[in-house]
Amino acid sequence: MPQPFESMKGFAVTFSQIFKKPITQQYPEVKRPVYPRFRGRHRLWRHENGLEKCVGCSLCAAACPADCIRVVPAENTPDNRVSPGERYARIYEINLSRCIFCGYCELACPFDAITLESEYEISEYSREDLIYTKDMLLAEPQKRMPTADRDLYDTPIPVWKEES
Amino acid sequence: MPEHLNQPWWIDLLKAFLIANLVLGAFAYATWLERKLLGRMQNRYGPNRAGPFGLLQPIADLVKLLRKASFFPAAAIDVLYIAAPAVAGFTALAAFSVIPWGPVWHIGPYDVTGWVVNVSIGLVLLFALGSVGIYAFVVGGWASESKYSLLGSMRTCAQMVSYEVALALSVLGVVLMGHSLSLVDIVRQQQATIWLAAPQFVGLVTFFIAGIAETNRPPFDLPEAEQELVAGYHTEYSGMRFGLFSTAEYINMITLSGLAVTLFFGGWSGPLLPGPIWFLIKLGAFLFVFIWMRATLPRLRYDQLMKFGWKVLLPVATLNALLTAVFLVVF
Repeated sequence: MPQPFESMKGFAVTFSQIFKKPITQQYPEVKRPVYPRFRGRHRLWRHENGLEKCVGCSLCAAACPADCIRVVPAENTPDNRVSPGERYARIYEINLSRCIFCGYCELACPFDAITLESEYEISEYSREDLIYTKDMLLAEPQKRMPTADRDLYDTPIPVWKEES
Repeated sequence: MPEHLNQPWWIDLLKAFLIANLVLGAFAYATWLERKLLGRMQNRYGPNRAGPFGLLQPIADLVKLLRKASFFPAAAIDVLYIAAPAVAGFTALAAFSVIPWGPVWHIGPYDVTGWVVNVSIGLVLLFALGSVGIYAFVVGGWASESKYSLLGSMRTCAQMVSYEVALALSVLGVVLMGHSLSLVDIVRQQQATIWLAAPQFVGLVTFFIAGIAETNRPPFDLPEAEQELVAGYHTEYSGMRFGLFSTAEYINMITLSGLAVTLFFGGWSGPLLPGPIWFLIKLGAFLFVFIWMRATLPRLRYDQLMKFGWKVLLPVATLNALLTAVFLVVF
């Protein structure tokens, strides 16, 4: 067909779209599952016997390019044993307003004590609220984000996770 | 033409008040309709959060615009800077007053006409108000003392002035066949014969294309060109001052649709349903086409726009007017 009739075909296309169901996912109600290796809010982990995995080595703070992790270690004593190692993290703070979610802390950690989980709805009304303390990081997350099944993706389990 | 209607001044005032508010309401829901339809044409929902089907969205937008800080450039020429959006809004609203939307009703001792005013030069008045409206865009861009605004307003000015010529010439055929410049008389003439869309089809097409360019709607929305520029002539405007420019643009679109309905599709005339309902149906159809075009066609390049206006649209409109005149004289 010659122009401008060729261009007129577009009108049929746009008109027919009106009767199709929109493909929009209504976000706050419908949450798309995040990718299995998604890097969201951090989480500190405990051993099964209740001791903290973190031994306060500060390697995560050293690896952090945004300089948002603060670790103050203290010695474990026989009556106050917090972690299996010699020391434990007395203060463990992450300033999430600085964090760039690169995951280097997770990579640096020799004990898999810190991981980046799937939570991403972490906005707050004040900056102070974005500084996460150790208790907050150790607690079970209040919000659960749907995570896609790892089998759906052709993602090998990272080497450093297999070895630990 | 002067008819003897027993219509006291307060009915006129009431109607003017009603129509001004109805047009503003129509503008608010034209924005809603546009966003909704554009959304559906692009496989989205459009606004659906404020109220059922997003019906309160225009009100939310209004509140947001009113509460927003109105930025005022330090170097701006105050009087002109403030007056420009007001003039744009006023001319757009005033232009709708001559468009008839219903027949004459006889209620008790009074006659109520379905138009706010019926002036014998209705069409000329409408185009004159449109031309004054262009000043608002030019002055607004110039008075905000910014190079981007100035260049934007020059683009707007050039486009609107060139397409105004074609727009005015394209309705000449209708005026010749309607034997009048009064919009009410043109509608009555169409009721007596046929809708002028059939004999004046070329006029309708040129009028519609020139009208799209005149109201700065896609694919001729170069004055705004939101994907390419910041905004054009209203770069330095924010808050409700920007809102007034936007209002003027949408009301111009509604007025133009109303004018097309009046000139080519018999205005309020139609079977069974009352006049204003028919007028609204036809108006809605035109608004739909406006939105449909926005969803479908890509924007023209500036030289294409000028070439098309002067080398295609204007000759065609002139020829149409000439041929109509020859036809009317010979037969």
